[in-house]
Amino acid sequence: MSTVKTGEPVLLSGNEAVAYGALAAGARFYAGYPITPSSEIAEVMARELPLVGGKFIQMEDEMASLGAVIGASLTGLKSFTATSGPGFSLMQEHVGFAAMAEVPCVVIDVMRGGPSTGLPTKTSQADVMQAKYGSHGDYPSVALVPSSVLECFTLTVKAFNISEKYRVPVVLLSDEIVGHMREKVVLPSQDEVEVVDRIKPTVPPEWYQHYQDSITGVSPMANFGEGYRFHVTGLTHDVYGFPTEKPSEISALLEKFKNKEIHNSRDLTMVEEFCMEDAKICIFAYGSVARSARMAVKILRQCGVKAGMLRPMIVWPFPKIPVENMLERANLVIVPEMNVGQLRKEVERLSNAQDKIHGINVLDPTFITAEQIVDKVRDLRAKNRRTGEYIIG
Amino acid sequence: MKHQMPDLEVSTKVAVRLSGTGGQGLLLAGRILAEAAGIYDGLNVVQTNSYGPEARGGASRSEVVMSKGEVDDLQCRTFDILIALSQKACDAYYGALVDHGALIVDSTNVGVVPTSRAIEIPMTKMAVEECGNKMVTNIIALGALCGFTNLVTLKSLESALKTTVKKDFIELNLKALHLGHDAARDIVKNLPERKRAQVRDYGLIWQQKAHKKSQKNVRKSTANRQAVYA
Repeated sequence: MSTVKTGEPVLLSGNEAVAYGALAAGARFYAGYPITPSSEIAEVMARELPLVGGKFIQMEDEMASLGAVIGASLTGLKSFTATSGPGFSLMQEHVGFAAMAEVPCVVIDVMRGGPSTGLPTKTSQADVMQAKYGSHGDYPSVALVPSSVLECFTLTVKAFNISEKYRVPVVLLSDEIVGHMREKVVLPSQDEVEVVDRIKPTVPPEWYQHYQDSITGVSPMANFGEGYRFHVTGLTHDVYGFPTEKPSEISALLEKFKNKEIHNSRDLTMVEEFCMEDAKICIFAYGSVARSARMAVKILRQCGVKAGMLRPMIVWPFPKIPVENMLERANLVIVPEMNVGQLRKEVERLSNAQDKIHGINVLDPTFITAEQIVDKVRDLRAKNRRTGEYIIG
Repeated sequence: MKHQMPDLEVSTKVAVRLSGTGGQGLLLAGRILAEAAGIYDGLNVVQTNSYGPEARGGASRSEVVMSKGEVDDLQCRTFDILIALSQKACDAYYGALVDHGALIVDSTNVGVVPTSRAIEIPMTKMAVEECGNKMVTNIIALGALCGFTNLVTLKSLESALKTTVKKDFIELNLKALHLGHDAARDIVKNLPERKRAQVRDYGLIWQQKAHKKSQKNVRKSTANRQAVYA
């Protein structure tokens, strides 16, 4: 589909891989406003989309970008936009709208230092909570976190698939390091990529309900202009999309949103377990930091310490079961993050022994290295030797 | 079923840092080096950048980590090779260079070198005088790197250059690459006997690393074990 070579090694940056992933997933519309460190995605899409019959628009700002994406998605095109923290803040209004109107779309957020304009060219992981609670109201949020260039490709495809399958906005939380680093990768060819499309209605147009009630929370979706009539609004609506104030209809709608996460939690859990079989010291890491964590596990294992890493590839919905399993057998859990501990608190919430969970929180834009994680384990072990609290090994 | 442990080998790797000011083309140089090592020499590579918000000026650097195995440390603490195109970069990053690491500086911009082992080439001057374009300084640096260390082959650098640089500038860039390479070779040849002995190791970087590692592993794992269990 795209001009990039598949099946042989190429040197790609994370952002380029995201763009090629989107093309492989079938994206045919991009509207965005350039922002460091995500601009390369727009650059590739501007070049590639016209070649496959897609449309690229540079909008006047981020709010309008996601608005255009939602509109394009309603007509049946797989659509997405890319931005960074400040732009993602501006998009939040439309993230909520997309969730309420159940319009599939993908937002790529390449995280940079914040708050506000912050550090345009430096890395951070501080948008994790923004991806979950950024917009108001209770809405289903899905966020994926890649930690390598190849994953930028595969998880972008996955993001589109989830978005189309469940009719939800999906966020891909890349970060500056992953986005800008170049790695040698072998991209899968188009035939090897699984592509999911939205479910189409099978009923005659006059029976069609755009927001049909269903136990899985997913209803078939017709495109605008196909003869199926429906109304799209941000107001709480009935099954046809028209505003409603009936408590039964409102609760049915909000329950449906909740069910999207609950009934599909198995499909929405994606973790990598590295050396976790007999691990007593567990590192819970995601994104670029997970690379350092993997290195740290290797170093610790060489020293005879039973270390392991749990890496969520989907952080929202939070991977409850794998984390609970980890907490059950771990004597020590380390959560290295480039923020004040946004996901550490989520891990703590599932634990009944919070004192065994420790964070490494780096707020300046220096990257967390494997040595820092190993040092932390060593410090904690030294402390625990004295108190004799944990049995580690 | 017994679970098989994943490969836990911490593989031998070489880290190169290209540093200078914004506008000197360090990101492009890093990209070409990564492409040469990764695509044409078949190694695993990770290339990362760090730069300020300015288009020109400000600190800028690019890092390439190459290895025959998996690369997991995206940003290294220490480097085997440092290329410094500005005084500020040279001063700032020399501390992160490993013992016996190679330091290659652009003597047009770097007046004071921190070690006598440093290799000085007037890259900017050469670019202006012999190529007529200041912009190829970065490529001369790559050529010099290749001339000193054999880290990547000249052939793969040429191939990488051809796919990365715009068509009209390939000729000019190839000239700059060879210029840097030849200058480096000349310097090695004409160095006084003692200094040549210091510099000679550069050419054997892969073999040397592998040898060091086999010795170090034993030492390091005992040391680390003691440290972790202390």
